[in-house]
Amino acid sequence: MSDLETAPPPRGAELSPEPDVVDVPEVVRRRRTPMAMLVPGSQSPWPGRIAFVAFAAALFALPGVLGQSSEVRQWAEWLCYAMVAVGLDLAWGYGGMLALGQGLFFGLGAYAMGMHLSLEQVPKGSLPSFMSLYSDYKTLPALWRPFQTFWMSAAIAVVLPMLIAGLLGLLVFKRRIRGPYFAILTQATAVIFALVLIGNLKLTAGFNGLTGFTKIFGRNKYAPGTDTWLFQIAAVGLLAVLAAAMKIVGSRYGKLLQATRDSEDRVRFLGYDPALVKTVGFAVAAGMAGLAGAVAAPVIGIVSPGQFDFLPSILLVCWVAVGGRGKLWGAVLGALLVNWLRVTVSAARPNDWQYFQGLLFVLVLAFMPGGLAGFLRAGWQSVATRLGRAS
Amino acid sequence: METVLSNLYIGVTLASILLLVGLGLTFTFGQMGVINMAHGEFIMAGAYVPYVLQTTLFEHARGTAVLVAFPVAFVVAGLMGALLERVVLRRMHGRPLDTLLVTFGVSLMLQQLAKDLFSAENKEVVTPTWLRGQWHLGGVTLTHTRLFVLLVVVATVAAVWVFLSRLAAGRRMRAVMQNRQLAAVSGLPTGRVDTLTFFLGSGLAGIAGVAVSLIGSIGTTTGTAYVLSAFLVVIVGGLGKLRGVVLAALFLGVINAYVEHATSSTIGKAAVFAFVILFLQLRPNGIVTFQTRGLAA
Repeated sequence: MSDLETAPPPRGAELSPEPDVVDVPEVVRRRRTPMAMLVPGSQSPWPGRIAFVAFAAALFALPGVLGQSSEVRQWAEWLCYAMVAVGLDLAWGYGGMLALGQGLFFGLGAYAMGMHLSLEQVPKGSLPSFMSLYSDYKTLPALWRPFQTFWMSAAIAVVLPMLIAGLLGLLVFKRRIRGPYFAILTQATAVIFALVLIGNLKLTAGFNGLTGFTKIFGRNKYAPGTDTWLFQIAAVGLLAVLAAAMKIVGSRYGKLLQATRDSEDRVRFLGYDPALVKTVGFAVAAGMAGLAGAVAAPVIGIVSPGQFDFLPSILLVCWVAVGGRGKLWGAVLGALLVNWLRVTVSAARPNDWQYFQGLLFVLVLAFMPGGLAGFLRAGWQSVATRLGRAS
Repeated sequence: METVLSNLYIGVTLASILLLVGLGLTFTFGQMGVINMAHGEFIMAGAYVPYVLQTTLFEHARGTAVLVAFPVAFVVAGLMGALLERVVLRRMHGRPLDTLLVTFGVSLMLQQLAKDLFSAENKEVVTPTWLRGQWHLGGVTLTHTRLFVLLVVVATVAAVWVFLSRLAAGRRMRAVMQNRQLAAVSGLPTGRVDTLTFFLGSGLAGIAGVAVSLIGSIGTTTGTAYVLSAFLVVIVGGLGKLRGVVLAALFLGVINAYVEHATSSTIGKAAVFAFVILFLQLRPNGIVTFQTRGLAA
């Protein structure tokens, strides 16, 4: 990783800080009016920042608008998916790596926090309740010990996925395995993760998973306000992930990542190691998924293998595709919108949701590859260009 | 010694099914760069064919139904594949990762369709009387169903080999697979060849489905489990090569059976995955590769 930062950039490849070197639409170059700033591709950081603050404000106002605590909790769960989606968009939309096994990293984070929560339910030093049912352990197994403290669990939830993704990424990308091959290999990791969890009943509670978190970080699950509190944690998490992703995308590394997506060989000829660039991107995405999992464990209230199998992993990818890959807000939009649709449509016509969802994926991917974000952006572009010209 | 041989037998029958599933995948993958996530649902469709035949037309000749099911399943699954290629995939040339997700959408719809048609509970195909029983060969138990499945697979693969190497249509298929542009400028109707490839590949999945229905019960997610393993087979075997897929299927099937016997089912799957990663370190393009100067990945 440090290699990447310290490697001297090839001569002439330094990126000029002057914005006029980058491809700026004609309108912007002619006149710097406030409206021209809104033209997509204007390079001004302000529209992004304003949108970010507006989004943050909307998030914190949402629990008040929703009112019902079950709905608040549901939205909190979706915010966790949106976190995974942002990381996935970084890897796929910006890095060209179709990671079909984000469930593995999401699950690792969720299990790390779920194990901590399971230990919180019982007196210090005793076994989690499922263990006395399924196993003959007398003392806490070594695997569980690190999860006695909150900070250790939180650190593991984020760092472990990054380490695993880093190792897998190095092994795979160094051998120039990419595209569909990478997709299938990552998918297999998620499948195996779920199988291993189910197979180790004594350590992981198997298929049933960890549940019964009535005490959540010192709070009672049923106390009024707990749902809103969890929602706020998820919202802060999503905003942090989103801010980090925006920072990464705008950085030198972010440009390198996108260059690797567009032409891996050219990046290699310029003196960079594409394998390293991709590994870092994949690891960051994994860390975001791990964080999302750690938040999701108390929000959802159950951590079981079925949540992290290959099906949820590929659904996540489809949400990003529907929202629009290559745009961070597209990933957030996709995760929230499709989940909202799922609940709304399933409530009205329970049997038809699968058809609807399948058709949605087919139509968007076949005919609208940019997703909703691409669609809206194209519309916005034409409006904003006209406005910019008019002012 | 006996357990070693019994496990070999189980491994080889698993491998034979993976082979049928993998062959279809590798054709469509190798020729059009399409990763067909709906392939598993073609297996499912094939698996439901003997069930449907046994409960309707062949109610009184359930043994014959199984035999009739093979060609019927081939055509049914094949037509589904050809339709998918014609209607959707044709529009998505050169976007392999998108086709993966599109076919996943199709697979969601097909699974729900199967649930609506056949209900969510698993179904059993009645084993014909002439397949009930087993032979004992030096302590190794050879069940007739598995032996029959093995024979069907060998016959099918032989037929595919003859098709690819001896018939004009097969040669055209190989030509498009190896170099689409050159095939096109040589006057081959690549579009029609694509449809044929999809028909053939999906049809093989249908045959695999009938075989699967003889070994266990069938449900709406029957295909999924096989197709995920078959993807690994395709990766290890190399693109669009019959020989590679045969070798890879044998490798993975047998490794799986042995490790599973020595430890547990979950460790067996994890070991297969570890093997695939290690293998790709040695040969990133699979066992058998085309000699090509292309940079395509």
